[in-house]
Amino acid sequence: MPTYEPILLKNMQQPGYGGSLADYERTGGYQALRKVVGKVSPSDVTAVVMKSGLRGRGGAGFPTGVKWGFLPKDYQGPRYLCCNADESEPGTFKDRQLIERDPHQLIEGIVIACYAIGAASSYIYIRGEFVLGAKILEQAIAEARATGYVGKNILGSNVTIDVWVHRGAGAYICGEETALLESLEGKRGLPRVKPPFPATHGLYNKPTVVNNVETLANLPHIMTRGAEWFASIGSPPKSTGTRVFCVSGHVARPGNYDVPMGITFRELIYDQAGGMRSDKKLKAFIPGGASAPFLTPDHLDVKLDFESVAQAGSMLGSGGVTVMEEGTDMVWAALRLMEFFYHESCGKCSPCREGSSWLVQVMRRIVNKRGQMSDLETLTDLCKNIAGRTVCAFGDAEVAPIMSTLKHWRHEYVTLIHAAETANLIRPEAVGRH
Amino acid sequence: MLKETHQAEIDDILSRYPVKRSALLPLLYLAQRAQGYVTEPAMQEIAGILKLTPPQVYETATFYTMLNLKPVGKFHIQVCKSLMCALVGSDTLIAWIDTKLGIRPGATTADKLFTLSAVECLAACGTAPMMQINDDYYERLTEDKLDRILADLRQTGASSLKTGPFMWPEPSGAKS
Ligand SMILES: Cc1cc2nc3c(=O)[nH]c(=O)nc-3n(C[C@H](O)[C@H](O)[C@H](O)COP(=O)(O)O)c2cc1C
Ligand code: SF4
Ligand code: FES
Repeated sequence: MPTYEPILLKNMQQPGYGGSLADYERTGGYQALRKVVGKVSPSDVTAVVMKSGLRGRGGAGFPTGVKWGFLPKDYQGPRYLCCNADESEPGTFKDRQLIERDPHQLIEGIVIACYAIGAASSYIYIRGEFVLGAKILEQAIAEARATGYVGKNILGSNVTIDVWVHRGAGAYICGEETALLESLEGKRGLPRVKPPFPATHGLYNKPTVVNNVETLANLPHIMTRGAEWFASIGSPPKSTGTRVFCVSGHVARPGNYDVPMGITFRELIYDQAGGMRSDKKLKAFIPGGASAPFLTPDHLDVKLDFESVAQAGSMLGSGGVTVMEEGTDMVWAALRLMEFFYHESCGKCSPCREGSSWLVQVMRRIVNKRGQMSDLETLTDLCKNIAGRTVCAFGDAEVAPIMSTLKHWRHEYVTLIHAAETANLIRPEAVGRH
Repeated sequence: MLKETHQAEIDDILSRYPVKRSALLPLLYLAQRAQGYVTEPAMQEIAGILKLTPPQVYETATFYTMLNLKPVGKFHIQVCKSLMCALVGSDTLIAWIDTKLGIRPGATTADKLFTLSAVECLAACGTAPMMQINDDYYERLTEDKLDRILADLRQTGASSLKTGPFMWPEPSGAKS
């Protein structure tokens, strides 16, 4: 089995590495910050990041350097960086590891990003449940501040960059960047209508960049080893670098794997994650978190890069790969995810709020063997009337499990409905029930 | 009153934000830590500190599931029931807890020691089934581990079986 040089998980995989400032410096940590802050012009930093091809790891895969470039050049007031550490897409658990095991790698990345975009303050918006992660970050920031890597006049450069930890309080939608900003402003986490985009009207209506933890953690490595190095890894030119893929479900060795983009699902699942946990065969997998449409064994040779997964009809999303074995009930699986979306819909727009509730009801009815054939049309109609008609991308995400399982495993829905019809024959009181 | 007991911490929180309202979640957390849940007088006091109206505070507080507006048990057990955990046994875990403590999701034991909630993904899907109890994660749970954790909590209020800093899989060579 091929082995790859990890980028983001490399330090923490060294024996005895505890993530302290001393540990991090021993592996070459903060050299990028020393090289860059006050020495390289911010626009040159952005140019390097652009050239590296780095794309956002939070879900949408937007090129990071390009996003930074959208900030108004001549704007004199404050600008902000927000690090998105909300990590609540089911199937995703990489940011937690990056934070708890190597906090300084992230902090160095944040300072470099702030420097590039001209932000003097940044907030790490971390999901409330990560109590340990928030503590570890607070301690690491204090260490970095005491050493002069964070705060006023960084290493005598006259540059001031502060980093603060801000805890969320249990709401998936606050991972959506504009909901995150609302939440950080002390409001309910309701996504904003875009445009305007955070680049011009972000936190406190000021120019703001929101980047994911993993995106930012790549920056020290890109600045130290160069854009060409980074751009040569993975599936260039469009999917460069490694990704920390989170493998869960019915595999022998679930967990985080830091591997180049462009390897196949087969390699990730069977080589890295040890294959299936028993002799049951793979039946289905989700390639990029709960929002990504399900794929089938026919897709095992699809490459794990943004374009290939999109071509296969799904998305690389957050990098959460969930594997399901033969015997898994796909309608049940879709319902579980639908219940998640129903619970997490923020309620701001009606297609999502009402639609998610309706979808859950219909799905429950089918799973409980009380469905009827017309329910399948109802599901399709509802999904079509949600996707693309909502304030935020949650609407597109929530229909993915149902639409994709209906596409690949329609017969399982039909079997459940036939079972319902048979039951109704011997259960007259249930006839006509909706 | 929070101001009397936590003035230094309140000042520290306020110093982090250019706009006061941003301190709302941190102050609500502070109130919850101090009193076990977010009380109405606390919300009124926070409104005063941030120059907000009490409804503005209430509106935000009710949006977030981690803010308890009612008292919960001393140990709040939250089992993740989202798909990735459900694939490898979270429903069984919930059933074990029901058998051992006699509570289903949403309920608190009569002695007010344990509250059980079934929650959505806690970002520990590769180490499922899992639960969070108060601030701590417990992962790769088995019935035996659950027994030990509950016994530990009853006896000492803490359990060494909590997990983190998180890394999975552990590097080859390390023991699991
Ligand atoms: C419903 C929803 C939930 C999201 N949750 C997260 C999240 O938990 N973490 C994250 O980094 N991005 C999340 N995103 C994506 C963010 O909106 C945003 O694109 C991302 O943080 C940008 O950072 P990046 O360019 O570095 O990927 C979510 C998006 C949506 C629509
Ligand atoms: S799509 Fe759903 S989550 Fe997004 S704004 Fe509308 S109601 Fe809220
Ligand atoms: S699905 Fe349970 S922790 Fe993610």
